[in-house]
Amino acid sequence: MNNWYNYFKVFDLPQASNWAGNVDSLYDFIFWLTAVGFLGVVIPMIIFSIKYHRSRSNPDTTPMIEGHTPSELGISFGLLVLVMLLFYWGWKDYDSMFTMPADAYEIKVVGEQWRWSFIYPNGRKETDLVVPQDRNVKLLMTSKDVIHSFFVPDFRVKQDVLPNMYTNLWFRANQQGEYQVFCAEFCGTLHSSMLSKVQVKAPQEFDDWLKSGAKDQAATEDPVKKGEALFKAQNCFACHSMEPGKVLVGPPLAGIFGREEVLTNGNKVKVDENYIRESLTDPQAKIVKGFDKVPMPPFKGVLKDKDIDALISYLKSVPGQ
Amino acid sequence: MEHAHAYEHYLSEKGLKSWLLTLDHKRIGLMYLFTTLFFFIVGGIFALLVRFELLFPGAFFQPDTYNKFFTVHGAVMIFMFIIPSIPASLGNFFLPIQIGAKDVAFPRLNLASYYVFLAGALLLTATLFTSQGVDTGWTFYTPYSIRSQTSVLLATLGVFVMGFSSIMTGLNFIVTIHKLKAPGMTFHKMPLFLWAIYSTAIIQVLATPVIGITTLLLVMEKVLHVGIFDPALGGDPILFQHFFWFYSHPAVYIMILPGMGIVSEVITVFSRKTIFGYRAIAYSSLAIAFISFLVWGHHMFVSGQSKFSSMLFSVLTMFVAIPTAIKVFNWTATLYKGSIDLKTPMLYVLAFLFMFTIGGLTGLFLATLAVDVHLHDTYFVVAHFHYVMMGGTVMGFLAGIHYWWPKMFGKMYPERWGKVAWGFVFMGFNLTFLTQFFLGKMGMPRRYQIYTAQYNTGNIVSSIGSGLIGIGMFIMLIYFIWSLFKGAKASANPWGGKTFEWQVSSPPPVHNFDKIPPVPANPYEYGVHA
Repeated sequence: MNNWYNYFKVFDLPQASNWAGNVDSLYDFIFWLTAVGFLGVVIPMIIFSIKYHRSRSNPDTTPMIEGHTPSELGISFGLLVLVMLLFYWGWKDYDSMFTMPADAYEIKVVGEQWRWSFIYPNGRKETDLVVPQDRNVKLLMTSKDVIHSFFVPDFRVKQDVLPNMYTNLWFRANQQGEYQVFCAEFCGTLHSSMLSKVQVKAPQEFDDWLKSGAKDQAATEDPVKKGEALFKAQNCFACHSMEPGKVLVGPPLAGIFGREEVLTNGNKVKVDENYIRESLTDPQAKIVKGFDKVPMPPFKGVLKDKDIDALISYLKSVPGQ
Repeated sequence: MEHAHAYEHYLSEKGLKSWLLTLDHKRIGLMYLFTTLFFFIVGGIFALLVRFELLFPGAFFQPDTYNKFFTVHGAVMIFMFIIPSIPASLGNFFLPIQIGAKDVAFPRLNLASYYVFLAGALLLTATLFTSQGVDTGWTFYTPYSIRSQTSVLLATLGVFVMGFSSIMTGLNFIVTIHKLKAPGMTFHKMPLFLWAIYSTAIIQVLATPVIGITTLLLVMEKVLHVGIFDPALGGDPILFQHFFWFYSHPAVYIMILPGMGIVSEVITVFSRKTIFGYRAIAYSSLAIAFISFLVWGHHMFVSGQSKFSSMLFSVLTMFVAIPTAIKVFNWTATLYKGSIDLKTPMLYVLAFLFMFTIGGLTGLFLATLAVDVHLHDTYFVVAHFHYVMMGGTVMGFLAGIHYWWPKMFGKMYPERWGKVAWGFVFMGFNLTFLTQFFLGKMGMPRRYQIYTAQYNTGNIVSSIGSGLIGIGMFIMLIYFIWSLFKGAKASANPWGGKTFEWQVSSPPPVHNFDKIPPVPANPYEYGVHA
């Protein structure tokens, strides 16, 4: 590993996720680019201040140089090319950071003043985030109160966590160990104590851990089952069919998650957590084309955050075919 | 010819009333100068309290107390010092003189803007004396600020009121520059300081109403529970961030452009060179003002705004680099083959070039999306911001105060002590904030009262640096006060400046000019044609 590139590395945090390598190379590249830019200003500044100091240079005979358009244009154009390169490189990685892979293992994250909770698909709830090594993990995050921000420096990931909305991030941890989680958005009195850890375990170890806890620590409710029960209790099935191919007065919901729907105003929407949530709390906001005859009652205040989460889990679990 | 006993200047008239009801732009400028400097000291004391707490995290203050310290530091420095500082004080004083006018276009509006500013500043200051204080950070992010039990209402009302003062000043300056230029003075013959002030004024007039509306909506939501930003009331918290940064991003150019204007003035006078690339510098001020309105979303790359918005804001932000680099290049080129006199104002300009370049270049890290994900809301941002605002604007402001001190008061500041204070400020500043880039790169989040062990060293160095800045500023305060009473008498033109303010006596006569001097083809006519 003793190649020339290592001499130019300035970013020295552990590279514990799939993002770290790329982000660090880009950081190092910008570092050296800007170092050259900085020296390009400061070295001439120092040389001129010495060489043309008043004691060595006659104040009455300085040359009248009013500018040099080609160099202005050259700098502008050269810089334009460089910054567009930075933009493109940064965008490429950012784009994949916020495009969730379909096969990712999903863990729910809840931020509240001043702690984090992590909820697993089997209902297990923890204060540390435990993830399997070398597997894509997607975090589906929301807040109970104010804005927080989930930040793992060693993974180079950060995303604000908002009330009444879901945000996502994903990563693939590549080294076993324990990594610091910070809250990065100011959230009140104990903001700087809103800490947690990510524990990265070998895949087999992770599976054992997940099962071992299921007996005593896991919540008794499976979110899918809870969602299904709510779906019945709230009479959703009266208007929304869960059988593929069958249509009632409301849009059919089998396989709804991830589907693209056309709205009454002609816009398209890809059904995700935020759209389902909005459709429950404010059903008139975005109505699917052809279903605007019978208005759906709003469930705001009727369904709690946990209920909405359970319904989303249930809708995700029912396939379209 | 000067007759010692008959010579009347703008400071001759005595008495409190002659100050409080004055319509003289120079006196109003001084009132602004002393008021903003007072708040600079207040904000500075809170900065030192923040650094003191971080030297002994958790040892002396409660978490809520610390949160109030950084909120007061930020809010006072931004709204009560750095936004009004250069335009309303030095701009007010020198804008009319530099265009050959007797005063600004609307002298009464000018005085009104001062009192409106004072009223707003007192509202915000009042939060210091309520039992709760304010703990939201200067950004007032919702829904935290909606739910906070502290005096957010008073603080936002203060910001709302001060906004009007900013708009009045901006409007006054725009009209003055368009209408009151001396015969023969065209836009392209104006000193570059005025191009900067003019660009600033445009932003003040166009952007400030948005912060006014935003704070008003915040007040409506807090008092009347109208759901706008708080999701619990059906609002959208990201909307607040859009509104807030739609003003507050252009506002950082309200802060930096006037500092850049001062650099252009001082660098020509102290290197006895005409400015390199007059038009490039002038137009780049306008270009920066224009682009400033299109980049606010770069504060929100991890806020949950859409990926497409982030992409667009990243590209647009990159464009800011170009006019900024043009300015830095032109200033450096102005030094070439000059005759450089390293007096205190010039030292502050060189410090500006050194530190602002770092501030500007580190902006590239933050504009680059994937890197910003890691650096956002860490000390890297704090360091970047201070390199631009303190390393840029404050250095420019200090250069301007030293440069124009003899003109404003007719007294010289002590040169040797000026350099000593500069040394402390320069060393202290770089110790304080260069360290913070490393803390941020290592992932230390901002607004943290306590931190984990790997950040110890950096925080200790940073706090020591802030102490050095404090010492430098204290020396400066003492010698400025000393010079008002005991300073050597200043001649009309101690530095050999070419712009109009150096053609009149020090301090200037009440009506600025007995006769308007002829307008030169170039405001910086130094040297000989090659």
